[in-house]
Amino acid sequence: MAVNAEAVGKTYPPTLYTVGREKVKEFAFAVGETDPLYLDQEAARAAGYADVVAPPMFAVVYCGAAIGQALFDPDNGINFARLVHGGQEFKWGPLVVAGDEIATTVSVKSIEERAGNGFYVFESISTNQDGHTVCVGTWSNVVRGA
Amino acid sequence: MTTFEPGTELPPLEVTPDRYVTVRYAGASGDFNPIHIDEEFAQQVGLPGRILHGLWTMAQVARAQTEAAGGPHTLRRLSVQFRGMGVLEEPITVTTKVRSVEDGVVHVDTSATQGGTAIVRRGDADLQP
Repeated sequence: MAVNAEAVGKTYPPTLYTVGREKVKEFAFAVGETDPLYLDQEAARAAGYADVVAPPMFAVVYCGAAIGQALFDPDNGINFARLVHGGQEFKWGPLVVAGDEIATTVSVKSIEERAGNGFYVFESISTNQDGHTVCVGTWSNVVRGA
Repeated sequence: MTTFEPGTELPPLEVTPDRYVTVRYAGASGDFNPIHIDEEFAQQVGLPGRILHGLWTMAQVARAQTEAAGGPHTLRRLSVQFRGMGVLEEPITVTTKVRSVEDGVVHVDTSATQGGTAIVRRGDADLQP
């Protein structure tokens, strides 16, 4: 089965995510973070932040709905039973804190077939309420035997 | 105090994922793929059992960087490749070595290994300590 590369260049509508203080703490706990910046709003404020700081990998959370649009898009035809997360890159801007509103736009960067596998690369661009880019993600997925 | 010069090894991070970590991470991240949380399902699709979320393991690699470099603001970029699969209740070690330093940005090579297998490899990060 050949991959369908027609969706390359497609951009999905932005999704909006409001960062909650308790969600940041829940995520920090789940990944074993112990830095008080993530867990204690008083410590975060003392360090000059408006509220608890989201760990860098919290990008997974605020990008989730946006990247889901690409993964579940019938145009991309991804077979989930054969889907493997091949690689991931994040580039971060200003730190995200609880209370931020993050808009994320995902686009299809490339779709290729190599050695019988499908390679799907999506890009996410996340901006905060002040218009600053807080994270650019490159999501590389492999569909084995595509 | 860590110095950041080419060849410097940053402090390793050791973590052993407990048997419920994938359940907590599923809830925290929103990734409820049953291969991470349902033992029977995982075995039915040919896995030895539930496996770790790759992004959870990447979060351990990220944590190793921020703990070594002095906080979340120091991690400017992280790129990884996922290989094989991470399993529960087996220790993971994240190792990191400085590759170069340019204009205050520390470029490091990093990986996560479990039982002798690199489950996150070709990790590449930019730090601003």
